[in-house]
Amino acid sequence: MSVETTKPPATGRLPVKELCCLGRVVIRFAGDSGDGMQLLGDRFVSETALLGNDLSTLPNFPAEIRAPAGTLPGVSSFQLHFADHDILTPGDAPDVLVAMNPAALKANLPDVPRGGEVIVDSDGFTGRAMQRVGYGTSPLEDGSLDGYSLHPVPLTALTVEALKEFGLSRKEAERSKNMFALGLLSWMYHRPTEGTERFLQQKFARKPEVMKANLAAFRAGWNFGETTEEFAVSYEVAPAATAFPVGRYRNISGNLALSYGLVAASRLAGLPLFLGSYPITPASDILHELSRHKNFGVRTFQAEDEIAGVGAALGAAFGGALGVTTTSGPGIALKSETIGLAVSLELPLLVIDVQRGGPSTGLPTKTEQADLLQAMFGRNGEAPVPVIAPRTPADCFDAALEAARIALAYRTPVMLLSDGYLANGSEPWRIPELEELPDLRVQFASGPNHTLEDGTEVFWPYKRDPQTLARPWAVPGTPGLEHRIGGIEKQDGSGSISYDPANHDFMVRTRQAKIDGIGVPDLEVDDPEGARTLVLGWGSTYGPITAAVRRLRAAGEPIAQAHLRHLNPFPRNLGEILSRYDRVVVPEMNLGQLATLIRARYLVDVRSHNQVNGMPFKAEQLATALKEAIHD
Amino acid sequence: MTDAMTDATDGLLQLIPKAEAKQSVKDFKSDQEVRWCPGCGDYAVLAAVQGFMPQLGLARENIVFVSGIGCSSRFPYYMNTYGMHSIHGRAPAIATGLATSRRDLSVWVVTGDGDALSIGGNHLIHALRRNVNLKILLFNNRIYGLTKGQYSPTSEVGKITKSTPMGSLDAPFNPVSLAIGAEASFVARTIDSDRRHLTEVLRAAAAHPGTALIEIYQNCNIFNDGAFDALKDRQSADEAVIRLEHGQPVRFGADGARGVVRDRLTGDLKVVDVSAENESEVLVHDARSPSPTTAFALSRLADPDTLHHTPLGVFRSVERPVYDVRMSGQLDTAVEQHGRGDLAALLAGGDTWTVAG
Repeated sequence: MSVETTKPPATGRLPVKELCCLGRVVIRFAGDSGDGMQLLGDRFVSETALLGNDLSTLPNFPAEIRAPAGTLPGVSSFQLHFADHDILTPGDAPDVLVAMNPAALKANLPDVPRGGEVIVDSDGFTGRAMQRVGYGTSPLEDGSLDGYSLHPVPLTALTVEALKEFGLSRKEAERSKNMFALGLLSWMYHRPTEGTERFLQQKFARKPEVMKANLAAFRAGWNFGETTEEFAVSYEVAPAATAFPVGRYRNISGNLALSYGLVAASRLAGLPLFLGSYPITPASDILHELSRHKNFGVRTFQAEDEIAGVGAALGAAFGGALGVTTTSGPGIALKSETIGLAVSLELPLLVIDVQRGGPSTGLPTKTEQADLLQAMFGRNGEAPVPVIAPRTPADCFDAALEAARIALAYRTPVMLLSDGYLANGSEPWRIPELEELPDLRVQFASGPNHTLEDGTEVFWPYKRDPQTLARPWAVPGTPGLEHRIGGIEKQDGSGSISYDPANHDFMVRTRQAKIDGIGVPDLEVDDPEGARTLVLGWGSTYGPITAAVRRLRAAGEPIAQAHLRHLNPFPRNLGEILSRYDRVVVPEMNLGQLATLIRARYLVDVRSHNQVNGMPFKAEQLATALKEAIHD
Repeated sequence: MTDAMTDATDGLLQLIPKAEAKQSVKDFKSDQEVRWCPGCGDYAVLAAVQGFMPQLGLARENIVFVSGIGCSSRFPYYMNTYGMHSIHGRAPAIATGLATSRRDLSVWVVTGDGDALSIGGNHLIHALRRNVNLKILLFNNRIYGLTKGQYSPTSEVGKITKSTPMGSLDAPFNPVSLAIGAEASFVARTIDSDRRHLTEVLRAAAAHPGTALIEIYQNCNIFNDGAFDALKDRQSADEAVIRLEHGQPVRFGADGARGVVRDRLTGDLKVVDVSAENESEVLVHDARSPSPTTAFALSRLADPDTLHHTPLGVFRSVERPVYDVRMSGQLDTAVEQHGRGDLAALLAGGDTWTVAG
């Protein structure tokens, strides 16, 4: 990973340290789920973002809040990839592993390539702790780590020593070891520290002792790096100056970007936001975030169950709000009947599915994209719903706006498929200017829209806009437009109950035609070299697929790439694009759900490349698979 | 009952626009043909509600009826107001979203014993405990009508129906007991055949700030005919019906010969013949008691099989914080504390950096 080295001038009595400049680094922090690894990762990310590196993250944690300490299932990790150029994934393999105990080492070492740096808290390697995960002898001493650049550091003892003046119990002092580790790594990679200091001061403003202890541990870690001979080299990763368009940036996770997108959509539409939701991993952070923005007129309703969450959102939509419900796959299953009602009522509604491993409870904290067919078809009757998917964490913002645009313009529920990887992962986001954002304003119905044969002016709730086929949105409180709607089949136009066979046939086809006719942008293909093979993806596989495509092209293998945001309806030009290529490969974190849709719709025998291990694709493995497809 | 419940109300009803002109029953009849079975008790309830609405005097466009699934849930189609006929059991949830986001609306839920207490039981109890500004009309006919005659969660044990040829096995819910147990702030019971009483209860419920549950005994003349005859027949009603009046002694029967007293040993309520000696011990009904205990005990007097000692009227009507009012309050407080949300500032919050050209 090293690129070039320069010797900094020797200063004072400090050991002479080499300074290496790197193009990119992948670090993984790993420890017990109670060790504060996610916080450590978050802080390192903030420092890295402020420095101007491009970055991508992959938090990975167990579903249990505090799994048994020191066990393999209890290991929590946070991987960060940062670079001086634009990057697309959290990295296939860590260059640096920071392991807080034997379990963390054992669980993560297989991912570290030979030669990688391994920093361990040597205090954690007691006989019992090692025994617990099946180490017969100490890996720090038995030579099994000879192929790695091993740095055993007594992190716990150093932290306790650094905090001895604070009069904390040993246990309390030990809790700050993640901040010691953060200080050490911040020194190693020349990260700015002001942000973390400010963060600790704010977070523990009401507990000054804890604040001081954490600050002391953080600074002690930094100073340790600077003075110890254990670490002879520190590294610089220059800002990714040319990777980003001009603008103001912040680091953002998918769930945060999605939350902001919803608040923005509400403002741009001029409608109050109403979120009906029931807590579920990995979607709950959207509920948490939106509940903090009441001064934007955002109402968040924590419902008694998933069904009530979507029901309340639909009720609010009937009243003229931008109704939203957020959940994960199991919640969608429960909401299906209400989504069907929304299809029948033809009211705007946003249904956010942050997908996780399934079926059933599955893997709550792991990622998967196996809800596509559920989103498409998981309702009784012919109940078409537009489906869109963001491709990166920051893209969740734009995807939320697009979902709102479709829902409001076409008066339909819209399914937005995020996933656990997008939700918790983060990347730099160029903060948009408000003028760049779309106009989502809607017109409520205000008067009669139909004249009966006898000349009476009436309001017909199912008289459609000829262009969009959307029906009028008449909200309670509007005089003269009193009307009743429901889940029973309705007469075209008047909306009265109708069991007429021909009318039902017409209404089923009309609802389908409305969704089929939604205006979506044409699909763009990236194909600079006139390739014969197309790789087609959707959702969060964008990063790994694009990284794999870059590798192939760099190795002289031409390949075309296209990535779908709109899964229903598909872009108009998709069929034509598919017909241009000899082979189409569709990588998915499921057993081929998009491939099934493409085959059925376009009669193209796409190749499905699948992985359902709860983790995102690795670029290298994907590149190998795509290469095989190219040469098959 | 009547005067007692109306004071606190104005606060919330005033948020709803009033009708500009005098309204009539006709204004509340929609153009839809009513399609309940001839002789169904639902007609009487519909007529009572349509008759009451002009008295309430709210702007018609600010009234919404939301229903679930079942015979009674066709109700919204027949009201010339805004309305939604939703899905089975979910009306309280949908209405909660509507009422919570629109305080200028008068939101009514129409549901039945199957809809509210079986498939939708969860939503009902949570609406009650939240105290959202909803008026829930629970039509209880103790049978499944629309699916043609299976027993319901309020059917008496041993009910012979199509799905229970040897008799039903499960004990029934008492909707009033359930509602009181679910922290309901307003609980009443009335009957389809007594329009005056039904109207009085509607008036009290409409005026109540928060969730009001009205159980309406309603006759299904096709699948459970005569289920409430014990309460309707003039002679048997003497022994069966206990009229609750706030502030009045709980007495019933011919010339108030019977009364409800507290059993000194158990604290429970029991029915006695009123005499000169025990007259002073007769319970005085207090619908506004902060404790739900006595209201609950009153709800337990009725025998689910014979309907003897069935109280009708307002069991409980207490004021407690209303969910949608408090939610709006939180929004107002957030604006006071942080100012009206600034989207540009929100998006650009946190640690940022600039990439220059």
